[in-house]
Amino acid sequence: MVFKKANSDSSYIGYLSRVLPYSAIGLLVVYCLKDISFKSPARWLPEIISIACITGLHCWKENTLLSIGAGTVIYMVLVQFVFT
Amino acid sequence: MLLNLRNGFFNYLNRAENMNEKITALKAAFPHTIPVLTGFIFLGTAYGILMNSKGYGVGWTILFSLMVFAGSAQYLAITFLTSVFNPVYALLMTLMINARHIFYGISLLDRYKDAGRIKPYLIFGLCDETFSIVCSTNPPEGVNRNWFYFFITLMNHSYWVIGSAIGVMLGSIVSFNTNGLDFVLTALFTVIFVGQWKTQKDRKPAVIGVLCSVICLAVFGQSNFIIPSMIAILAALTLFRKAYRDQIKPCGEKESLQ
Repeated sequence: MVFKKANSDSSYIGYLSRVLPYSAIGLLVVYCLKDISFKSPARWLPEIISIACITGLHCWKENTLLSIGAGTVIYMVLVQFVFT
Repeated sequence: MLLNLRNGFFNYLNRAENMNEKITALKAAFPHTIPVLTGFIFLGTAYGILMNSKGYGVGWTILFSLMVFAGSAQYLAITFLTSVFNPVYALLMTLMINARHIFYGISLLDRYKDAGRIKPYLIFGLCDETFSIVCSTNPPEGVNRNWFYFFITLMNHSYWVIGSAIGVMLGSIVSFNTNGLDFVLTALFTVIFVGQWKTQKDRKPAVIGVLCSVICLAVFGQSNFIIPSMIAILAALTLFRKAYRDQIKPCGEKESLQ
């Protein structure tokens, strides 16, 4: 009964379960970046650079693991050696 | 006594048949899980290394992966573990991030209908990858459907646990500067976001998500913006509901990581 209602396209819960994931991921990206501060370059440049690289890499190669791995490595290099 | 022997013999045949049934299902299911194998081993290892760098050992890591089995939520959980204890936040965040599983469950009502005793495990073990495999494949002729689904679920689950175990053990053996490793979480969500951005025709939910969060972050500060963001997102989505009722593609069609 509950499921029949939720299964119909017009139900509120059905609608939410279809759109909420996209908004939730948006929220999570912001959540992960919440500690960015624009007071000094070291506190926002590594993140922005890495995210730009990830976006570009993912649009180019469309390989999830590659994008995640390379992006993380880039960030770690930036944070450990460039913007100490 | 002959009757006992005969019954015993038939029992043996039955059990052998059941065993055969399961082995056949296992063999049929395995090839479908190979892509997941590589993905989960890699991500699980990264997770394990991260856990190790935060001071959690093999036991905790394996327990998490065994009992939670939700990649992005587990990564997020690390941040919960290392900050102020706030179970309500944890509950709400986990709910938000895994809300899509509501849709998976509903979509699989039919396929899992006759699963009987293994249904609870099938439900527990449902994740993006398992969902896409179950949705898009049918067991070959002669293979028991329920065991087929069971082994897909089980194998994906075990890849994740094994990956985590490898990671946490690797982390304690190999010492390297793990500063910045937490970024893997940001990377994961960014990749999912970009992937979804490209495939969804209507990007309003994604824009709503980011915009509401950024505004609330600016207004309420780092430690208090989550709940207002969720409320704002829900409000905005409800407001926009009429505008794009039929345009959203169900989330499960595209591969995304837990």
